[in-house]
This record gives sequence, C-alpha cells and structure tokens, in this order.
Amino acid sequence: MSDFKTKVSVINEVIIIETEGYLNNEGGQMVYDICIEKMQLGKRKILLNLSGTKVVNSIGVSILIEVIEKLQEVEGKLGYYNMAPIVEKTFHIMGLSKYSSLYKTEESALAEF
Amino acid sequence: MKSPTVELKLPILPNMELIATQTADIIAKHMHLSEEQSGEISMALIEACINAFEHSKTENSVYIHFIIEENSIIIKVIDQGIGFDKSKVEIPKIENKIGNDERKRGWGLQLIQALMDSVEFESTNSGTTITMIKNK
Repeated sequence: MSDFKTKVSVINEVIIIETEGYLNNEGGQMVYDICIEKMQLGKRKILLNLSGTKVVNSIGVSILIEVIEKLQEVEGKLGYYNMAPIVEKTFHIMGLSKYSSLYKTEESALAEF
Repeated sequence: MKSPTVELKLPILPNMELIATQTADIIAKHMHLSEEQSGEISMALIEACINAFEHSKTENSVYIHFIIEENSIIIKVIDQGIGFDKSKVEIPKIENKIGNDERKRGWGLQLIQALMDSVEFESTNSGTTITMIKNK
C-alpha cells in the first residue's frame, strides 16, 4: 500500500495539489486521477506543490506526461514548485520542462498562472 | 587491500528500491559526497532497481553491491533475469511521447546515464549487471 498523500486546494481558479511521499506509479496515478476529476469540473490550471516529495521514479513522472497531454487537449497548463533539486533535475532530463512550468515558490507560480 | 563493499539482496516487491537508496545515502555521507551527488546516485539506483525488477521477469532477488573506492563509488545492480539488448532500447524523447499513442514510460536507462559518471551494461540470457560509477 502506498503512503503517498495529497491535499487539494484552490487559489484563484488554480488547483493546487500538495503531495507527500514517493511519486511512483501509485503516486502518479493518484495525481492523475485528481487532475482528471478537476478537469471534468472545468478546471484548466493545475499546480503541484512537491515540497513533500523528495523521491520520484520515472514511472510516476511518466504519468505526469499523460496529465500534460490531457491538459493540452483543453488548452490547460500544469506547473510545479517547491521541488527537491534531484526531482527538478529529473524533470529536466525527461523534458517535462518543455511542456510544463517549473517554479521555485507558490508565489512565483501563481503570479504566472 | 580489497575495497570496502556493502551488499544488499532485495526481494522483488514494491518499493524495495527505497532500501537501496537509504543504503546509498549512508554510504554517500560516509564518503562526504555532496547532497547533489547523493540525490543523483539515489535516482539512478531507483531506476536501475526498477529495470531489474520489471525486466528480469523472474521471481529471483536483485543484488546490489556498493564498492567504496577512494575517489569513487561503484554500484552494481545484478539480476538473474532473461537479459535485454541495449542496442534495441530507443532513446526516449518527450516530443515523440506527447500527443500520440507512444508509451510514456521507458526513461530508466537515459536517466541512469545522465546522472552517473560512467555506466556499463552486461547482459546475457541468464542475467544483467548494470555497473554505475559516481566520482567524488
């Protein structure tokens, strides 16, 4: 059983998903399911606060590529902030930074969203 | 003198790769590696373990050897699976994965190579050893 946890809030029509724990296949799927649920309610802007996620794997991150794809279909956007350095590096290597946005803080993320 | 070595035997169960990263963290601290280096080792190790777990297609355990050298750490991830042909592994590109039906996964080897200073693969039909080196 995964100990990955999420907390969802909304600020100015932006969905904020705060994660805690290992972003593996189960964690990625949890994030995906929340994103799809919110998109079905008409939300188009999603930010992940990754402050509680110090470890990821490529399977979990690959599921975020599916989220990006779904958001592209509705002209939405995905961003991340409070990333551990190795998580940020992993996102760059996998190319997520080309199709979604990485920010240092919630303030800077919300300013652009 | 033989280099100090830590050996782990991991059963193929969910999230066992995190045991390997905890061990790597302790060794990295012992070697006075930076947090950046430690993070890179852990991420590469996670991917190597997942490859071994998923691709070995056996019920056998995965073995990890951490060899502590004066100026580097050598990590061997050894499985007893059916092996793979690295030349047939395509280099993933996100451009090819977004907006079409291509499988989104398949990033493990690229991440390992990007994060470590040296990576070698030895694979036969009776197992695979990935040897990864991080220099101090």
